[in-house]
Amino acid sequence: MALTTASRPALPVPASAPPPARGRRKNYAARRSEGLAGYVFLSPWLIGLMAITAFPMLLSLYLSFTNYDVLSSWEFVEWVGFDNYEKIFTLDPTFWQSVRVTLTFGLIAIPLKLAASLGVALLLNRERRGVGLFRSMFYLPSLLGGSVALALVWVAMFNREGAFNAGLSLFGIEGNNWINDPDWALATLMVLTVWQFGAPMVIFLAGLKQVPTELYEAAQVDGASKRRQFFHITLPMLSPVIFFNLLLETINGFQGFTSAFVISNGTGGPLGATKLYTLHIYDKAFTDFQMGYASALAWIFLGAIGLITIIFFSTGKFWVHYSDGEN
Amino acid sequence: MARVRGWVRVLALLGVLAIVLYPLIWVLGSSLKSPTEVTSNLSIWPEEVTWSNYSDGWSYIPGVNFGRFFGNSILISLATVVANAASCLVTAYAFARLRFWGRKGYFALMIATLLLPGHVLIVPQYVLFSEFGWIDTPLPLILPKLLATEAFFIFLMVQFMRGIPRELDDAAKIDGCDPYRTFWHVILPLSRPALITTAIFSFIWTWNDFFTQLVYLPSVPSYTVPVALRLFIDSSGQTSIGPMLAMSVLSLLPVFLFFLGFQRFLVQGINTSGLKG
Repeated sequence: MALTTASRPALPVPASAPPPARGRRKNYAARRSEGLAGYVFLSPWLIGLMAITAFPMLLSLYLSFTNYDVLSSWEFVEWVGFDNYEKIFTLDPTFWQSVRVTLTFGLIAIPLKLAASLGVALLLNRERRGVGLFRSMFYLPSLLGGSVALALVWVAMFNREGAFNAGLSLFGIEGNNWINDPDWALATLMVLTVWQFGAPMVIFLAGLKQVPTELYEAAQVDGASKRRQFFHITLPMLSPVIFFNLLLETINGFQGFTSAFVISNGTGGPLGATKLYTLHIYDKAFTDFQMGYASALAWIFLGAIGLITIIFFSTGKFWVHYSDGEN
Repeated sequence: MARVRGWVRVLALLGVLAIVLYPLIWVLGSSLKSPTEVTSNLSIWPEEVTWSNYSDGWSYIPGVNFGRFFGNSILISLATVVANAASCLVTAYAFARLRFWGRKGYFALMIATLLLPGHVLIVPQYVLFSEFGWIDTPLPLILPKLLATEAFFIFLMVQFMRGIPRELDDAAKIDGCDPYRTFWHVILPLSRPALITTAIFSFIWTWNDFFTQLVYLPSVPSYTVPVALRLFIDSSGQTSIGPMLAMSVLSLLPVFLFFLGFQRFLVQGINTSGLKG
């Protein structure tokens, strides 16, 4: 505060400051009323944090050690210790299937989506005319893609009589019923995910605009090729944005639900091929009503997401470059 | 050489554009095809435009037509917009402008809830709301939003408010405004762009939301558009593809119109906060 007033001598605050003793008391009162106002404005969020987030989390943790189902009354709730967790890891093949599907999906679809968004952002960054229009159009799928409607469009496009096969037949390739083929159903989901590359692309584009042009000019003077400029200027300067997008897309990617649920008609099929982890939680909670078991699944999920976040942040310091020298 | 490269780049961008837009144009075209043409005509545009898919789809589900589902969706989306905008704005004001005990800790907690997966909370929240007897009503979808549960929007607004010059607050203070009046007369009017961005994203996200609506609205009359659309898959007979696509087009229309009207706000919104679409 002292610094700001010092650097802005135009403000008459120090000159007209009231006598110190009275000022301090007044200041103290003002502080207190500001602190009170802070809590007044914060109160909806604070209540929400307790009632809608913290309490349910504790409840969920408790439930994960019980056999609770929402149908019978609370009197029949039994503490079962680590039974749910034990069952999940030892007696639930669907759990392992869903972990496999989720990891496969995440490890392929997320890098592809990020690569596509970075590639298109680089193309667009070079362009001068029509950038705004391209950017908006490319962003459109990010707004629509997660909806039930688009999942239905995907079903219609990738089934046996769909547009995709019609396109293939032009090249003499015989199509497939992609949605109902256990080997291909997840791939159609990945295509739908990569198609929504627009949101990270907009962020990449904003990041590219921040790279100082002097760096490229200096590199050009030194005779660095375009390729070297990309690897030694663009990528390092962009690494905070890459980190941000990677974290965001991973966390969102693992939470995907709608498309997989709709395409498989809620089953995660064919043969569990699209059984994302979230579908398994949903099944246990709202089809079988095994709320205790589902809570245990949810806590394992939370642990996994937390672990991934920690891994990202702890490896980030090795490859994320901040130009202001802070890490 | 540079010119050739420029053309290649434009061609590549146009190619990407074609891939991006193809499914959207295809669904629009197919929704206007007659049942026989849907599978036989390969071109994306129908030979003869037929509107019957729209009327068939509208009353596809026996007893309840899509007017009802659209009404439910609109009610929930608009209520969410208002609740989100109001509650996140006051919360953001506290974080961005007021000094109070524990602010930094609360802010860190708020950021942590950004990363908290919704699937972790759905079971206990469902248990809670069913104890209240709120299942099959829009209440579990709307009331929590009054408590600023969407941390994304708080974050967006905090970022925005940090850009409002502090001198304005100080001037208001010198003129005798307490924090409440400063909020009302300075911050609220200046936060309009952030409020608009929040409103648009709230609307689109709620409109597209499927998971929570599926969980909390189990009976057909209370269905929203996304939950109702799913019924087309249950009877995956070929005859229902046309009506299914027609209703899909209708359900995408509001989002598309928002997109056309507010592109600038949408793109700015993602840039200030890294918001997801």
